[in-house]
Amino acid sequence: MTTAQVNSYRTGPDEKGLFGIYGGRFVAETLMPLILELEQAYKDAKADPSFQAELDSFLEHYVGRPSPLYYAERLTEHLGGAKIYFKRDELNHTGAHKINNVMGQILLARRMGKKRIIAETGAGQHGVATATACARFGLECIVYMGSVDIERQKPNVFRMKLLGAEVVPALSGSRTLKDALNEALRDWVANVEDTFYCIGTVAGPHPYPEMVRDFQSVIGIETKRQMLAREGRLPDTLVAAIGGGSNAMGLFHPFLDDKDVEIIGVEAAGLGLRTRKHAASITGGRPGILHGNRTYLLMDDDGQITEGHSISAGLDYPGIGPEHSWLHDMKRVQYVAATDKEALAAFQLCCRLEGIIPALEPSHALAHVMKIAPTKPKDHLMVMNMCGRGDKDIFTVADILGVKL
Amino acid sequence: MTGRIERRFAELKQKGRAALVTFVTAGDPDYETSLKIIKGLPKAGADIIEFGMPFTDPMADGPAIQAAGLRALHAGQTMKKNLKLVREFRAGDKETPVVLMGYYNPIYVYGVDRFLRDAKSAGVDGLIVVDLPPEEDDELCLPAITADINFIRLATPTTDDQRAPTVFRNTSGFVYYVSVLGITGTKAPDLKSVEKNVNRLRKHTNLPIAVGFGVKTAAQARAIARSADGVVVGSALVSAIKDSLTKAGKPSSKTVKAVHSLVSDIARGVRS
Repeated sequence: MTTAQVNSYRTGPDEKGLFGIYGGRFVAETLMPLILELEQAYKDAKADPSFQAELDSFLEHYVGRPSPLYYAERLTEHLGGAKIYFKRDELNHTGAHKINNVMGQILLARRMGKKRIIAETGAGQHGVATATACARFGLECIVYMGSVDIERQKPNVFRMKLLGAEVVPALSGSRTLKDALNEALRDWVANVEDTFYCIGTVAGPHPYPEMVRDFQSVIGIETKRQMLAREGRLPDTLVAAIGGGSNAMGLFHPFLDDKDVEIIGVEAAGLGLRTRKHAASITGGRPGILHGNRTYLLMDDDGQITEGHSISAGLDYPGIGPEHSWLHDMKRVQYVAATDKEALAAFQLCCRLEGIIPALEPSHALAHVMKIAPTKPKDHLMVMNMCGRGDKDIFTVADILGVKL
Repeated sequence: MTGRIERRFAELKQKGRAALVTFVTAGDPDYETSLKIIKGLPKAGADIIEFGMPFTDPMADGPAIQAAGLRALHAGQTMKKNLKLVREFRAGDKETPVVLMGYYNPIYVYGVDRFLRDAKSAGVDGLIVVDLPPEEDDELCLPAITADINFIRLATPTTDDQRAPTVFRNTSGFVYYVSVLGITGTKAPDLKSVEKNVNRLRKHTNLPIAVGFGVKTAAQARAIARSADGVVVGSALVSAIKDSLTKAGKPSSKTVKAVHSLVSDIARGVRS
């Protein structure tokens, strides 16, 4: 594990898709030509101002960007410390940050002439976002979802179907997000000619971690601009929840070289890090290879992948984006964890104090804000990424609170 | 030094026939049964033996091989036991080449150097690691070559003339041509395109080419053996194991025999 100083934390990945030792292209040979083609296509698109202009236009008029940077006044008063802002990505079309990345990838797929889009989904937010963009552009959409998750997230399954997507249950393994990803990869191997794989997080083989990060960076770029306009300076602390890590990377990346900005990623500690029932890949896992990249993973002593557990289906993944693994080793970002119980308390507090029903994913980030905000002075500026709204979670929460809907 | 794989292909070339390469998952349905299955494979007609190293997330495999891996893991299979199985097989058979096939993570976690050392001393001749394309050769391929273990690469219908030299650069032993786009054991190979692709790949390599993915019957094996140097049968054998299990998923008196008789049947196809 290297901790050598670097001039910039924002130059990765290298030409092999590596962030330090993490990332890479660990895929079957069948997929290698596709990944190389995608890498080239993305490079070309990135260099083409008309691509960015088209994306910006859809982000503004279809997604509803920029999302507000909102001063959470009552929560700030309640916690009695840092001045807390929410980056309101839950106000995006489809209710989460996922659509930022999907718009980018779908426009790229169109540019590449691909007509069939496949995606994996856990909680269903990425699946809904992908189904939405495919409906908008008249593309065929197939979403793989673990059969366990299909059961837990019925409203999102119905949404995807309304939008014209086919939802295919992943019946193998643990039948959750990691298995949905396996199934999507199997589909891609079998349909290489016409299919574009729209990955929902900053993981997978190169160039996905870089590409998804770039598309999500709009969150951090806006936050920087908005905070400078509101407060005349950069924030002191950024906090975001991490499953695969795309909302967090989107917020963090534009700030990585601002050395005075403290950056904290919050993983799902589930029932607790000492139990095996958690989804904290960095705080409770170690480096390995899965789904095309080297990164921190949850696994047993023999290298077999274990299942993540979290109250939030969106954090319930046994891996994390490779750039996060690198930022952890470099100690640029601090990774902590919040339990199911802490997230649930934060969820309820946010509903009551701010009139915002957060998704269970950012409720984990909020749980950490509740721990640290009281220890900071009143002029300490803290931004939490409110990356999704909680409508999808009300059934889960009602269930835990013993309320029958 | 010529290895067992090279010797075996040379020997079969003299006999004028293709090799039958059989795949079973190590430890499926349990260690003891798996050992019995493997020990009897050469006599049933297998020329080269592939052991799958079970992994929870085999992204290039179809339902049959996925399920076999989980059966083995549930029965307690580990990397140490994979190697022990090879060692026990090798104690009774000095010539049949053994190839380990699987995914990188269990090897990475075991430790690359330790794995290569233990594999070599157990009698492993070659490795096929599905998620290590040439772009990741530094990880295991080059160390394996140094350790005198063949690193066998998969070539696929997407391996076009431009890509082929990259794929074959550090390949040794033989080339495993994946005859269909997709996962193991699902689609049947289109024989005409297999022949065309095998002949195309021969322009890029002098290594023997074995063809697999979706070969289930003696007739298919016979047809493929006409253009290829080897025929790989995997999912069909793994399915035969599954079909022979008791309702509780335990091996029955038929399990070992089911695999051996299918291998004999397909071997007749390859040899005819």
